[in-house]
Amino acid sequence: MNVGIIELLTIFVLAAFVGLEVVSKVPSILHTPLMSGSNAIHGIILVGTMYIMGSAHGAVQVTLAFFAVLLATLNIVGGFVVTDRMLEMFKAKPSDRAAKASGPSDEGKGGSPS
Amino acid sequence: MTLNTWIDLVYLLAAIGFILALKGLSSPKFARQGNILGAAAATAAIAITFAVPSVRHAGSRLILMVVAMVIGAAIAVPAARKVKMTAMPQMVAIFNGVGGGAAALVSFTSFLILTSNDAFVGKPAVYRIVEVILGVLIGCVSFSGSAIAFIKLQELITGRPITYPAQQVINAIVGLAILGVGVATVLTASTALLVVMLVLALILGVIFVLPIGGADVPVLISLLNSFTGLAVAASGFALDNNLLIIAGTLVGASGILLTRMMSKAMGRSLANVLFSAFGSVVTATGGEAGADARPVKAGTPEDIGVLLAYARKVVIIPGYGLAVAQAQHTARELADLLMARGVEVFYAIHPVAGRMPGHMNVLLAEANVPYDELKEMDEANPEMPTADVALVVGANDTVNPAANDTPGSPIYGMPIIHADQAENVVFLKRSMRPGFAGIDNELLFNPKTTLLFGDAKDTLTKLVAAVKSA
Repeated sequence: MNVGIIELLTIFVLAAFVGLEVVSKVPSILHTPLMSGSNAIHGIILVGTMYIMGSAHGAVQVTLAFFAVLLATLNIVGGFVVTDRMLEMFKAKPSDRAAKASGPSDEGKGGSPS
Repeated sequence: MTLNTWIDLVYLLAAIGFILALKGLSSPKFARQGNILGAAAATAAIAITFAVPSVRHAGSRLILMVVAMVIGAAIAVPAARKVKMTAMPQMVAIFNGVGGGAAALVSFTSFLILTSNDAFVGKPAVYRIVEVILGVLIGCVSFSGSAIAFIKLQELITGRPITYPAQQVINAIVGLAILGVGVATVLTASTALLVVMLVLALILGVIFVLPIGGADVPVLISLLNSFTGLAVAASGFALDNNLLIIAGTLVGASGILLTRMMSKAMGRSLANVLFSAFGSVVTATGGEAGADARPVKAGTPEDIGVLLAYARKVVIIPGYGLAVAQAQHTARELADLLMARGVEVFYAIHPVAGRMPGHMNVLLAEANVPYDELKEMDEANPEMPTADVALVVGANDTVNPAANDTPGSPIYGMPIIHADQAENVVFLKRSMRPGFAGIDNELLFNPKTTLLFGDAKDTLTKLVAAVKSA
């Protein structure tokens, strides 16, 4: 058995555990941005498509590589932009809102009879 | 240091960047920085890849590569900027699908490059062929599966599960064919067989996704996202590239965890979500009989406005209808108005409300609703018995008591928000049509339920006016 493949498998297994560990603490309110953000991260396949284009020979391989680069670019660029747009909406802090909302709103929150 | 060491070092830093990006996404405070860090890591990795000798000296292919990137960016940026919040799930499905397609193409073309090399004699190593097959198989399933999920979400075809005669037989045949062709490809290293494999994998993606519908589509997108990650990891193996393996595996592992959390939120196992043509029978029988036969109580905006204005505690339960009508700002306006009158208001968020987990949170965040007014299902349910009004805005399946008390129902066992325990229930609904899961909701016929028909934005606007004059 080739030593290289074992090294790659080691990296694979460790990365799998890191992946599970990192998202185990994500609150469910951030699930959509998480899905979208991880979607952008696998767009790094663009790097793979660049290697393929670099080594492609002949019309068939170059055409396939061309579409691979195109699709990967859509994935990575679109993924990060969409995620940023989603997260932009999350940056609103209660203080921003208090400024926009009228004064009695805050009183109401505190003084609700219950 | 040699150039190769530098390249590997940048890849290592990019991998760390991706891990930290995912970690950042785990807290609202750092989520945006996390995403930007991820983008920066990706940019660095792509930039250094231009320095790789085979890429740098690719001549006209280098130009083609840049052209493809420019076209891709020119399409992706406006698409991602302009997409409406309601269409976000479809957008994620598309970007995910093209990523899977790219990974499949990388694996496939790497095989062509390997076997067409003049210096190459004999057959590639078995593990090499297996890596290529896995990349092509998983990538293609993700590609065609995401495409079907997109058409379903875009409602170009019905969102319901699609079943057809001999479905199981066809699935079995395709499955066995893939297994057979896979083994044959490993034995012969034949490019023609790999092409057959690619086509079969595309078919598998379609037949895998068609029978999944209803409330299960979000779970499916999450699973396909995970698949693309694994396809990217497989491409990484084929190219001996650590960065692709790490990034792909991170996404594959986290995606599977997310998928499991989502199916758990629906009270079902992942296998059940994927393989049980959900709700198809009940849709056909239960749907119409109930809707026509029994009376419901429809209210006027004025009645409901008074009910809300003089309540002590109002719980807003948003669903997909809120997203479709883009009514999140109006919902907030109503909530602010009620709070200004001293009413206690919070939003109860079901984990699978809308079309994606967290869909409602994103929408309400867009309307600047602060976090402390959003309560997760588990936090909200104990408060439901003390609520005067449960205001259900465009939700249906997530408050359907059938999930608790009707063992035969397709959603039986799914945790719900107990809107039925509130003193009054108000439904803002477009029509009597059942929800995404395609089943009737008994709560609509409950004597304490009032319905207000119409587009969620219109009805909420009317309620705002009614509360103001109450």
